[in-house]
Amino acid sequence: MTSDVPRTAHQQAIGDYAVIGNCRTAALVGLDGSIDWLCVPRFDSPSIFGALLDASRGGRCLVRVAGTNASTRRYLANTNVLETTFVSQSGTVRLTDLMPVTDETHQRTRLAPDGELLRTIECIAGDVDVDVLCEPRPDYGRSAVRIDDRGPLGFVAEAQGQLVVIRADAPLTRDADGRGLRGRLRLRQGERRYVSLSWTAAHPAVLPVLGAEAAARVAESVAWWRHWADRCRYEGPYRSEVVRSALALKLMSYAPSGAIVAAPTTSLPEQIGGPRNWDYRYCWLRDASMTLRGLSGLGYADEGCAFLSWLLHATRLTWPELQILYDVFGETHLPELELDHLDGYAASRPVRIGNDATGQLQLDVYGEVLDAVWRFVRMGGRLDRATARMLVGLGGTVVRRWREPDEGIWEIRSGRRHHTFSKAMCWVALDRLLALHAGGHVRGAVGHFEREREAIRAEIETRGYNAALDSYVATFDGGDVDASLLLLGLYRYADPQSARMRSTFSRVHERLGRNAMMYRYLDTDDGLPPGEGAFGIAGFWAVECRALGGDVAGARRDFEALCGRANDVGLFAEEYDPDTGAALGNFPQAFTHVGLINAALTLAACEPGREAAAGSTRRQQMITETL
Amino acid sequence: MNIGSLALWGFVATIVLTTLMAASRALGYSRMGMPFILGTMLTPNRDRAMAVGFVVHVINGWFLAVPYALAFESLGRATWWLGAAAGLLHGLFVLLVGLSIVPGLHPRMASEHHGPEPTRQLQPPGFLGLHYGRGTPLVTLAAHVVYGAILGGLYRLAGQ
Repeated sequence: MTSDVPRTAHQQAIGDYAVIGNCRTAALVGLDGSIDWLCVPRFDSPSIFGALLDASRGGRCLVRVAGTNASTRRYLANTNVLETTFVSQSGTVRLTDLMPVTDETHQRTRLAPDGELLRTIECIAGDVDVDVLCEPRPDYGRSAVRIDDRGPLGFVAEAQGQLVVIRADAPLTRDADGRGLRGRLRLRQGERRYVSLSWTAAHPAVLPVLGAEAAARVAESVAWWRHWADRCRYEGPYRSEVVRSALALKLMSYAPSGAIVAAPTTSLPEQIGGPRNWDYRYCWLRDASMTLRGLSGLGYADEGCAFLSWLLHATRLTWPELQILYDVFGETHLPELELDHLDGYAASRPVRIGNDATGQLQLDVYGEVLDAVWRFVRMGGRLDRATARMLVGLGGTVVRRWREPDEGIWEIRSGRRHHTFSKAMCWVALDRLLALHAGGHVRGAVGHFEREREAIRAEIETRGYNAALDSYVATFDGGDVDASLLLLGLYRYADPQSARMRSTFSRVHERLGRNAMMYRYLDTDDGLPPGEGAFGIAGFWAVECRALGGDVAGARRDFEALCGRANDVGLFAEEYDPDTGAALGNFPQAFTHVGLINAALTLAACEPGREAAAGSTRRQQMITETL
Repeated sequence: MNIGSLALWGFVATIVLTTLMAASRALGYSRMGMPFILGTMLTPNRDRAMAVGFVVHVINGWFLAVPYALAFESLGRATWWLGAAAGLLHGLFVLLVGLSIVPGLHPRMASEHHGPEPTRQLQPPGFLGLHYGRGTPLVTLAAHVVYGAILGGLYRLAGQ
């Protein structure tokens, strides 16, 4: 039998995707059973399946059950193994998708491909026809591809020195042009088939075995993820949401270096049909401190240490200056290119790869990095002399440059300004450096750091606070607010219960809040046409601010409303349309999941019951430790 | 036979050959890596296989320099072009004969006819090593020609 799957497909809503991965790369799986995004061998490699950005040119791997009436899906409990169930008039099919992962012991005792995507198709009721389609389109669909049939060894496609092997224990045939594979299977209850796609670049390929061996790989992967999830020591409220966020974060970590990418996708639009389409497959220093706080708060000290090691290693290349983003190995040259041959998600163009934000100045990253190091030391970590010297060098850069305008945390492309948050993070940088010095972790004269820290504070309190508005403001001497001001309390620049922070929270909430969501900013010229959605993590920052300000019940209410924005498998995008709830921007977004974790940690620390149990002083200490 | 010269230039030629093959992998011309193939004969651990295979490959290259030296001694001269010609023959032998018998000798290499099995998953090289990339025959021949040219050009005949 041959498949009648059409060669093009409609694009699904961003929130209709789930993600699978192997801590090196990730794939997006649609609710319709189509894998529409996969870059190999790592997150920021060119895509081999890119239907997400162009349904006709991008390529995909589809498993479709004929006559499907409904499909539902879930992650197997405490794993990143995805199970989609299709119900048709004639029967029910369960599709299990994963990228096999295993522990070091297994890796030492048997050969495995560089990476594999494994799909298990199992009929659990009735008789069903299942269509399989595989259209690899290497290099974002730019490379010519020809699939060769190697008989029992499988089908192979080669492009740019990389070999992709497609194996299935079902009959697949090549399209006439040799660019795709397709087949129709008739499955009866209890029958199971596998489709495997593996890749290799530098060595002879290792060919995955199907059948019982494939089932064993699924079982091992489930066990591996569950073992990892079991290490989460968080026992507070909303545990299942927190664990799902931790698993999503782990999926976006790059195991060989410890880096965590912002998202596994590029150019999913922040505004449907608009130009706000960016490549997020890199690591932003902006996320450093909050990520480390989340990981350490859940008990994932190893991941936290690996992330910090990557951070310190990557930043050595640009020391004593910091770039705002790096790739997973710390590469700094990430030129931004537009892929004109791709239509873009829902005609949102241009599709961009690389990111020109590398050339921007963001003074806040110095605070992020030094705060992350301070957290690491607070977890019991030790700094070697070279690292200590490096940190002092970063402090020197802060002293030298904090008076300069910058592009700020939102990476605006309309020129530099004096952003209040950037100055506050310069204060944080020097404050943490002084704390590290006081703890004996760094050496040398620090008197000038102390003086500059006080000078920064004086400047912020004079020019970054608008008395008429009764609020800190986004830029010096300005009249607008932005969501980054919520972080002033979370980074301990200001007391969250102080009058200034309470009124700032009210003003930000009043101007930027909508349906528990929070815009980053409004009425600010960022160099692009207006119209982006509300920013996922900003809503969680607001939850923390509200809780720390004393309104724990309100914070819980907002937290639950925000959790309701997650898709059916608990994943969050970068942004949301606050009215329709539609997910926008790159997906899933590590930063939003970090926000959820940190908000849950703060809520747990602020629980009213804890006051009675621990006493108000101890409770305050617990909250302080959480931050 | 000049043992000292053989040992020195045999080693250098092997290192150059190995480097050229590694460079061809890095540049995407071929995925053939003899250290990996040899190493996985002895261990399934990829990292260890690379290290073990490299040692085995260097020793192989050293010993394979002996027939070259014997040929040079019997002809009474050693020149780079004579070595290159011998390297060409050596490369052709590897492609046409050596690679065809590897699947039968390698305990972890899959069979062309039966496909991969739980204990035999490594992709076989195919005719002329083409399964490891279309550039494999050319890269292999070029690397062996350079190997022979180094030996021919730099080996000093016994008694000279």
